[in-house]
Amino acid sequence: MSKAVTAALKEKFPDAVQEVYEGVGGDDCAFVKKDAVAEVCRFLKEDPAMAFNMAPYVTAVDYLGQEPRFEVVYNLVSTRLNHRVRLRVKVPESDLEVPTVTHLWRGADWFERYCFDMYGIRFLGHPDMRRLFMYDEFVGHPLRKDYPLKGRQPLTAERNFRDLYRGPGPSGRD
Amino acid sequence: MAETDTLPAIATRREEATGFFQKLVSKGLGWARKNSLYQYPFVTACCGIEYMSLASARYDIARFGAEVPRFSPRQADLLLVVGTINCKQAPILQRIYEQMADPKWVMAYGVCASSGGFYDNYATVQGIDRIIPVDVYVPGCPPRPEQVLDGLMLLQKKIQEQEHKLIDRLPAAELARGR
Repeated sequence: MSKAVTAALKEKFPDAVQEVYEGVGGDDCAFVKKDAVAEVCRFLKEDPAMAFNMAPYVTAVDYLGQEPRFEVVYNLVSTRLNHRVRLRVKVPESDLEVPTVTHLWRGADWFERYCFDMYGIRFLGHPDMRRLFMYDEFVGHPLRKDYPLKGRQPLTAERNFRDLYRGPGPSGRD
Repeated sequence: MAETDTLPAIATRREEATGFFQKLVSKGLGWARKNSLYQYPFVTACCGIEYMSLASARYDIARFGAEVPRFSPRQADLLLVVGTINCKQAPILQRIYEQMADPKWVMAYGVCASSGGFYDNYATVQGIDRIIPVDVYVPGCPPRPEQVLDGLMLLQKKIQEQEHKLIDRLPAAELARGR
């Protein structure tokens, strides 16, 4: 891919954009500071030379044992200019609040709710910060690496019988 | 001959007579019930595609008298749980089962409904038999229609062998409690 997007980012935001590199498959990637992400995204959307009009995937990663622990990844596409960029935002465990980008791309709404549901990262300014998949009674965030793999939290009473391969029922697993 | 000697004999013959009649009725009701299974398909996942194949012309579940899917549990006899049931859905499935009128049967359609399948994770119920009673388990991911028909025939056999009564109610005390 061309370096035009990352070069423009680096020039426009010398402080907020910390590192740019070419990822696997030639995608343009950039590490962005957490507080500046809304500003960088607004530039990427509104500048006519960038014109990123779509955020097809926003997700998060848990690097347990590293500092900062979490990372939010924004994949952006411009359907007009046919180019992509990936923004990576490091989020420390002590401060799990990231500015929202839903006012720029409405489609980011459920992705941010997903990140909150699965990783517990809160998006400041999001209109409806609720869980997306899990139920409200669920405690914890299941895609965190320190969440037990089989930590089921049944809503109804389940028969706790012993079965041949899987051992006892939902409690005391893993 | 004393009266006490004859009484047990009479009672036994009467029991025999009612037993014979009851068996006849039970057989007839079983035959009727096994050949008119109204199903409620609780379709949650990809097994539903195979269910459509099962219900349509090529495999034709109508040959077994189970061609009418009822989309109200109150009109259904057979609950087909087709697909993965996760913890969020478990109360819904339980309520659907409770809404069905007796007599009712349940088929776990596919490996996810039977045992959770490969979803041994934080969200999936490890087999619907942890929340509701199941009559037939049909394995497969998804099961081929022949497998499901085999399961249905097993269920028909089971229904035929069960005891059916013309009037089958709970004792009044239990009804009042609202089981």
